[in-house]
Amino acid sequence: MTGLERGARMDDLLQEFIAETRETLEAIAGEIVAWEAEPADSARLDAIFRFVHTVKGSCGFLDLPRLARLSHAAEDVLAAVRDGKRTPDTALVNAVLGIVDRIAAIVEAIDAGASLDDADEDLLIAALAPDAQPRAQIQAAPQNRAASRSVRLNVDLLDHMMSGMSEMVLARNELARRLRDSDVDPQVEAALERLSLTVADMRDTVTRTRMQKVDALFSALPRMVRDTSAELAKSIDLVIEGADVELDREMIELMRDPLGHIIRNAIDHGIETPTERRAAGKPLTGRLIVSARQSGNQILIEIADDGKGIDVARIVAKAAEKRLYGVAELAAMSEAAKLDLIFAPGLSSRDTVTAISGRGVGMDVVRANIEQIGGRIVLTNDPGRGLRIVIHVPLTLSILSTIIVGVGAQRFALPRQAIEEIVMVRGNQVRIETIGDAATVTVRGKRMPLVSLGELLDLNGDSPPTLVIVSTREGDYALGVDTVLDTEELVVKPASPAVMATGVYAGKTLPDNGLPMLLLDAAGIAAVAGLRFTPVIAAAAVVEEVVPGVPALLFDDLDGQRRAIALAVIDRVEPVPTEAIRWSGGALRLSIGETIIPLHAVAELGARTEVAVLRLTDGESEMAYAIAEAIEIVALPTDMAPARGTGPIAGVVMIAGEQIELVDPHALFAGQPVTLGSLPVCLLQVDGSGWMETFLKPALEASGYRCVTALAAGETAAVALAMEDSPVRETLAPVVTLRRTPTAERDDDPSIYRYDRPALIAALAARRAM
Amino acid sequence: MSELFLVAHVAGRGVAIAASQVESVVDIGEIVAVPRAEAFVRGLAALRSRVVTVIDTGTALGLAPTPDDVRRAVITIFEGHHYAILVDSVEDVAPSERLPLSSGMALHRGWASAGIGIVERDGEPLLILDLAAIISATALAA
Repeated sequence: MTGLERGARMDDLLQEFIAETRETLEAIAGEIVAWEAEPADSARLDAIFRFVHTVKGSCGFLDLPRLARLSHAAEDVLAAVRDGKRTPDTALVNAVLGIVDRIAAIVEAIDAGASLDDADEDLLIAALAPDAQPRAQIQAAPQNRAASRSVRLNVDLLDHMMSGMSEMVLARNELARRLRDSDVDPQVEAALERLSLTVADMRDTVTRTRMQKVDALFSALPRMVRDTSAELAKSIDLVIEGADVELDREMIELMRDPLGHIIRNAIDHGIETPTERRAAGKPLTGRLIVSARQSGNQILIEIADDGKGIDVARIVAKAAEKRLYGVAELAAMSEAAKLDLIFAPGLSSRDTVTAISGRGVGMDVVRANIEQIGGRIVLTNDPGRGLRIVIHVPLTLSILSTIIVGVGAQRFALPRQAIEEIVMVRGNQVRIETIGDAATVTVRGKRMPLVSLGELLDLNGDSPPTLVIVSTREGDYALGVDTVLDTEELVVKPASPAVMATGVYAGKTLPDNGLPMLLLDAAGIAAVAGLRFTPVIAAAAVVEEVVPGVPALLFDDLDGQRRAIALAVIDRVEPVPTEAIRWSGGALRLSIGETIIPLHAVAELGARTEVAVLRLTDGESEMAYAIAEAIEIVALPTDMAPARGTGPIAGVVMIAGEQIELVDPHALFAGQPVTLGSLPVCLLQVDGSGWMETFLKPALEASGYRCVTALAAGETAAVALAMEDSPVRETLAPVVTLRRTPTAERDDDPSIYRYDRPALIAALAARRAM
Repeated sequence: MSELFLVAHVAGRGVAIAASQVESVVDIGEIVAVPRAEAFVRGLAALRSRVVTVIDTGTALGLAPTPDDVRRAVITIFEGHHYAILVDSVEDVAPSERLPLSSGMALHRGWASAGIGIVERDGEPLLILDLAAIISATALAA
């Protein structure tokens, strides 16, 4: 997207905002007058509250800080009135109305491109204060209103126009048909021809009034993805495809919420944190692909991520736990039915509620919303590799450019956009072969499956003389037909369920000859014919950026110091109310929903009501680290000066010429002070989870070991460390084994609990001495 | 309470169809087959500017298929789609009282799911046919 396009879209949005605000102002004018006359009448309040609230919301997006400030101030006061905290008196009403007037004046000024003095806006806002002195009404600036070039229309009216239009097309078709059957005056034919042209032109225009590029739906996504992923400390590469596919305006509005929900879900539940992704051997940056395309009389919106997919076993366990179904019932379900449980009311796939998604309004609501508009939603789950959600929405009424093909005595329409080319079998460019029992055709060196439409539909078993090369999302194939007759623009309507159940039709239509015709569904035919295409995964277009060193988050700590912490241990960054933080049981703890996690804070929280916390995780347990402010993500240099003394600081690194303290996550999780030693080599037998490098290495380095994951030539390790469940590799050094549980299963188990820091350090020292 | 019923003949039997389910009674024109559809879907036909799905009532009820020359059909709308239900003949429309199916009456095949009550006409009982059940005949034909 170029800056120019973005500018143009912003202009569109701004125009829409101006039109909407102007219209609402006209609509609430009566309410304002009534409220002015009767300040105590709270019923008037709602309309005005809604108005300022809407203005506030739009301003944030459109970057109109003046309007945002005014509307925010008014909203606060009105909220206080609604909550009964303030009583509306004449002064308050006047102050609010002063702001409403000013909003109107600014909106007009924006539209006219004029500037408006903002000198007295502080006064307007000050007048809202409870102790404000009554003051003279501010005269609204003379309104220099620009002549409007747009009219807002009710969608119902457009609907009506559209259905009238398609009836008109059909009436013209019938007229043409009747005239064709009889000898007519050439002048009548010429008149009909003119009528046809006008009708066709009108039809295009009317159709366009209701259509909007799906870009209107997608344009808000990059921002949303950026904000959401930043909150969750995830890195996501969003790819948008097919933004110029057009969709019914109303459908776009109705799709907004479900799409937003699905995308937030994908980021929150689907795509893993960088730590998890590294452990799974995936690129650190997650991929989210949102695309739109037309297929027959449907628009398909696809949201695909390369995250961990849906854990079906867990969904089933949840459904059993919540007693949505009996255990036997669940056991008898097919995989697809189990996956479908994700849509069951009251089942959220994650255990903890987060700020992003999973508030209980889950996928059930999303599906209900989509089905309400006549769509459906299809999941393709690839556990560990990602989830693909395809939303099918009808083009309520679409006029489709089609090619008419004949098979036996029957004709069918094929959407033109699905057709790559039409080839004759008798040409020497085309070879038909049978591989096993599968018919294939090679056209100019490209081999693809062949489906005989006559055979599939049981109409004509002869080998077809003409091939239509059809392109579907999954792959291309050749559809064999007897003849290709014509191209025609058709009004396609949904066919009845009994017809759609065949899976090979996309709709029905009534062409000029007055005989109903079926529209073929190219992808459906491929599926019914049993074609299996190997999914072509779009190769990642972006090359992983090579970050020198480990990425870390730079932040300002509560004590004012600037510190850094390895990004991999951060699950997310989120603000929490300070009242959720308590000194209890000898430690600071943060309550999140039903759970309590330990919290580390280097200084008093002071008078804050809200504090940002880093939610840290080692993949199993969680803790929080309260900070003042997150700054940015930096790459840690390889050199670190080990810290002296104790505390959860691993050492000091140089970042952008500044000395930055590096927080030691191992110390945080172990809750133990750090001690110092000399510099023997400790060989880490890493298991790929990243735990050792992330958690153990800083801790051991702080304890005076130099940690390596592989020995350089001629280097000898003083001691080696391995996890209990990973095989101990051949090494000359004595090995200390770490276990995941605090207590050993056997008494003679020499392994050390991995967070038992003193024992670990002692064991290392002891083995080294041996 | 009395309501209006259309009295028609289907598969050689007299039946009553609630007038509320009937949009019109027409003679349909040429029928275009729908390959691969269930046998009870005879095809599609044009009705003015509209395309209707033609239902072979005999097959839908699990009886002998309705003969090919039958063109008279009752047009009904179900879930937003128009259907033409083929009938042998249509007699008239008369007000009548809806009675429950007599207990112990053994209806078979499609009649069992499509029959939802009885009306008395000139002392003769007629089965009330639910057109919606015929349209969603996938289940009953089995």
